[in-house]
Amino acid sequence: MDENKTTPNKGKEDNSSKIGRRDVLKGLATLPILGAFAYGVYKKKNFDRIANNTLRQAVDLSAESPVVFQTQQKDPHIRVGIIGYGIRGPQLLKAAGFAMPSELDKWKESSLKNPSDHRLEDFRAQEDLNISITAVCDLFDVNAERALSAAANIGRDGSDGNFVQTAKRYKTYQELLSSGEVDAVIIATPDHWHTDISIAAAQKGIHVYVEKGMTRTVEEAFRLREAVKNSKIVFQLGHQGRQTESHMKAREAMEKNIIGKVGLIEVCTNRNSPNGAWVYDIHPEGTPETIDWNQFEFPCETKHPFSPERFFRWRCWWDYGTGLGGDLLTHEFDAINQIMSLGIPYSAFSSGGVYFYKDKEAGHYVNEVRNVPDVWQVALEYPTRDLTLLYSASLASNKDRGKMIMGHDGYMELSDALTIYADRESTRYKEKIEAKIIKPELPIYTYIPGRSTVDAITSPTEKYFASRGLLYTYRGGKRVDTTHLHIKEWIDCIRESIAQDKIIHPSCNIDQGFEEAITAHMATISYLENRKVFWDADKESVV
Amino acid sequence: MFKEKSASLLPCRGYSNGQLSMLVILRLAIGWHFLYEGISKILNPNWSSIGFLLDSKGLFSGMFHSLAANPDVVHSIDFLNAWGLAAIGLGLITGLLTQIATIAGMVLLAFYYLSHPPLITSEYAIPSEGSYLWVNKNLIEFFALWVLFLFPSGNRIGLDRFIFNRKK
Repeated sequence: MDENKTTPNKGKEDNSSKIGRRDVLKGLATLPILGAFAYGVYKKKNFDRIANNTLRQAVDLSAESPVVFQTQQKDPHIRVGIIGYGIRGPQLLKAAGFAMPSELDKWKESSLKNPSDHRLEDFRAQEDLNISITAVCDLFDVNAERALSAAANIGRDGSDGNFVQTAKRYKTYQELLSSGEVDAVIIATPDHWHTDISIAAAQKGIHVYVEKGMTRTVEEAFRLREAVKNSKIVFQLGHQGRQTESHMKAREAMEKNIIGKVGLIEVCTNRNSPNGAWVYDIHPEGTPETIDWNQFEFPCETKHPFSPERFFRWRCWWDYGTGLGGDLLTHEFDAINQIMSLGIPYSAFSSGGVYFYKDKEAGHYVNEVRNVPDVWQVALEYPTRDLTLLYSASLASNKDRGKMIMGHDGYMELSDALTIYADRESTRYKEKIEAKIIKPELPIYTYIPGRSTVDAITSPTEKYFASRGLLYTYRGGKRVDTTHLHIKEWIDCIRESIAQDKIIHPSCNIDQGFEEAITAHMATISYLENRKVFWDADKESVV
Repeated sequence: MFKEKSASLLPCRGYSNGQLSMLVILRLAIGWHFLYEGISKILNPNWSSIGFLLDSKGLFSGMFHSLAANPDVVHSIDFLNAWGLAAIGLGLITGLLTQIATIAGMVLLAFYYLSHPPLITSEYAIPSEGSYLWVNKNLIEFFALWVLFLFPSGNRIGLDRFIFNRKK
């Protein structure tokens, strides 16, 4: 460096007479390129800005995160019971802030091997809801013990942590609800138990968070709605999709009529694994001694002999579950109901079958083939809204088809992100398309959660990354679990209800739940009875 | 032998006009590319390297993934990359500290190449406008900069002419 510094000085002294016009010209020869560059960048930015502004006038949607209900109330402390701790139960308790130490050990080990595994970090960063788990109930001893270990893990530790047992195990839900130890209860049992437990809780004034499908039958949906309406509880149904920002944004877009009159909506489910098809592992310790089989079968009209296969894979039989209708159609329907307030359809027609999971050799079943279909499609008609909602599902193919809302002026693709395109033949955008301000092959609006600005000019790389979930899976800059937000909303509403002395309803309340349940049941009845099923809105009955 | 060696120490002396012109044009083109890549990132508030890092495949992907795992590191990488690209671009265009800019550019390109090597088995989320096997445009630009390093032109056509005055 020193040498370099001295060289020019020397040069000046020695060759001052030699730095002539030629030297200056050669030294500065390339600078005009910078002028051209600046001009180009200016023109390009201007072009982008005008395109964005024109589009923003056409599509008046902000990039801001939607406002969600939040309360300042952090008190009182709420005592929560958990009924059902199989697969969904642990996920819900984790979202509430309680996970099994053994689980945290696994996350810890995994994060050491793979630094991009943030499960442990995210769980520990999850907001403390000021609740404790005071009661657990599961018909399988192993699950009940696991639930107790999660409840005691108040410090969010691994196996080497300090645990304080706050919970007691109850053998029946009745004992749990009568214990006087719970203010609120999370119900993650099989579907055939949802109604009885929820009603019993409502009658005791215990707040309810219940998983979908809300009820197993139409009759149960009516009974549950009545019980909740006659109570003072805060009821939340487990459609955590309600917390997805892109859904809220899509509702805003629908309210602003951005895609025009909607005629067709397509939603779907695609899974391709035994787990996804509810062919869960059968726990080796599941015996008549460790499972309360009689209680499990209590609501069933026809009783069955003890079957670990039925106990652990209950979703495969209509006796306990609600099939693709209650389990997965409901998520999709609820998302569209959230966006468009569709309500219960005028009619439902469905078809499908057990087409894949019937190969004993391949491990699809042990003793008994399922009777719940693995390929299933539903057409829901809304003549008063002039539209059809199509749902189709395969549990034997992973091809993801996304959610699509198709209107005359444009269409919307929904995932974690929301993308809106104009239709080539749109009336609303005709002039702008002719003026080439709107290009039908490019989105007119893209909402990516966590991004601060809205841009028509989304770079292709950003779009690709976002669509693969590699970007912006955050809310307010933080990665969040929608199930956590959904439980938090329920807890917030309970506190707010206490503070205001009136019921503050969360986003997926009993009315939304009723619409979800009836819709799913209509579709299921259509399949089981092989006919089109109608909803008589005046008489409120399924015919 | 001796003559050749001294010629390589003072390489800019022996170019024909055509050779020098093409070296400068190549330098300007690469400089322009770097500068615009940098400026477009600086001007885009949503730009982040995280997607690119997470999309990394191949031998060094573990290292790039672990960089992406830390938000502070990603933030620093975003800053260094965007301003680095712009500075290198400016250096190449104006011919200021050309050799340093050239080496820095090669380092960045090596990172891009190693994080996304076009292997037989690699499929990237990032869309590509062409078809590549082992050799891609990052690698070619890397070699082009290498050529520019060995055949410097900044001290003939560029601000380096004022700084690194040639000894007679």
